Amino acid sequence: MEQDLSKVTPLVYESRIGVPYNWWAGKTASRFFETIAHDKKLAATKCDKCGKVFVPPRKTCPECFVDTNSWVSLSGEGTVVTFTVVTRKLAALGKRNPPVIFALIRPDGADTAMLHILDNIAPEKVHTGLAVKPVFSENPKGHITDISHFEPV
Amino acid sequence: MENIAIIGIGMIPIKANYKTHNFADMAWETVNAALADAGISIKDVDNVITTSNDFWDGRTISCMAVGDASGVREKNCSCVEGDGTFGAFYGMARILSGSYGTTLVTGHTKGSESISSLITNAAFDPIYERALGPDMISGCAMQARAYMEKHGLTSRQTALVSVKNHGNAKHNPYAQLPMDISVDDVLASEMIADPLRKLDCSPVSDGCCAIILANEEKAKKLCKKPVWVKGAAFTSDAYFLGDRDLADPRSLVAAAKKAYAMAGITDPTKQIDIAEVYDAFSYQELMWLEGLGICEPGQAASLLEKGDFAVNGKLPVNASGGLLSGHPVIAAGLYRIAECVRQLRGEAGAVQKDGAKTAVAQGLNGVAGQSHCVWVLGADK
Ligand SMILES: [Zn+2]
Repeated sequence: MEQDLSKVTPLVYESRIGVPYNWWAGKTASRFFETIAHDKKLAATKCDKCGKVFVPPRKTCPECFVDTNSWVSLSGEGTVVTFTVVTRKLAALGKRNPPVIFALIRPDGADTAMLHILDNIAPEKVHTGLAVKPVFSENPKGHITDISHFEPV
Repeated sequence: MENIAIIGIGMIPIKANYKTHNFADMAWETVNAALADAGISIKDVDNVITTSNDFWDGRTISCMAVGDASGVREKNCSCVEGDGTFGAFYGMARILSGSYGTTLVTGHTKGSESISSLITNAAFDPIYERALGPDMISGCAMQARAYMEKHGLTSRQTALVSVKNHGNAKHNPYAQLPMDISVDDVLASEMIADPLRKLDCSPVSDGCCAIILANEEKAKKLCKKPVWVKGAAFTSDAYFLGDRDLADPRSLVAAAKKAYAMAGITDPTKQIDIAEVYDAFSYQELMWLEGLGICEPGQAASLLEKGDFAVNGKLPVNASGGLLSGHPVIAAGLYRIAECVRQLRGEAGAVQKDGAKTAVAQGLNGVAGQSHCVWVLGADK
């Protein structure tokens, strides 16, 4: 048997891992998606201690480490805090084709920004501070794409 | 705090694709290099921390698969998922507990074997974000814009980081991408996610790094040239990018403050000789230098232009070539520590900073630097 490993051609073993998951959204996110479906609004949580309003909503205030017990309803109109125009077909884009504009959008009345996609605007026209509004999908499914995208007001 | 020393380091050259080594082969070579460097045998290692990421390895409980090659038989072995600097922190804490005299810490990744964009996409929240398709590059591109707009920086200024680090890598036998490039080359490279171009981004890499930590008694007994841990701390910021001011690395500021307080550093602009920071993207080197207090917010770019961070400058930064010249995720922060150790021992060859006594190494975890781990290392106790 050949003893010299330097003469071996390394092989590649091709494989993939496919594991289905069912993530419970929890009550807080479920309310967010129900509000989109029924009212076409963004439901945000509010911390009673520091007064901050969080979108997307979450059950606890990360600053105060208390439950966020109050809710406020936002139209979703807001401003672009920062953004990027993705021009390479990064694998994470999935079925979307570049250019794809990701933005952090701070809805009016919120203290945080949420990640989403900007559309119906030329990439070179996007700037921080741009006023945008959400466009809701016709058939809400309890999914983040129930907001189809944001576009200029 | 009891004195802790780094008594051995082991690295394998960072490559685009280690066809010749599987994960355990990389660990075997690296661990043996660290043992040889320390001049000890595996019997002198009291416990082991391995650092890995299950998604990148394509294996659950991935740390266990490198255990045999890391000499864990009949030793207490634990693992950290995240950057190697966090694994090293855990390893240090285990010595400070009094239970162990030495800890072997390893970190490995083979980026070449999967698709980093899909893996970093899975770092985003599955309910609110993931399906939109973000990943590490697009997430950090938004941070780059926030940082650059806040301080009025241009792509020409951030590109200079890439030029410097690829140039430094020419002197580092472990670097993947030593290159002579110009600012114009960076600006002419493919735009991936505005404002980040290909040469603003670190490459996909394979690599493994190991360090051996010891308490003072063991360090003195086992090692001729220990490098001392003067301070170490880590701090985390909010998970959601939209909760943070992406232009303000406040968790790094907090971690650096704690590490400097331990190390007795009152003026980091004067008391640090060398820094190895987490330059996954060109803008990040500048932002992290400011977060580390090495200069004022917004000032790093102009100090870079002045030459302060060059190999022959006031405070060489990523003299090794940094992550822009090779970025094995998970192992990356351990490479930063190991490169500082080489400098503090006077073994950094062509990029050696004369008389380097104090070094800072940084690791991070999470998208756009959610948490940071800062190490202050010293040639003297
Ligand atoms: Zn609060």
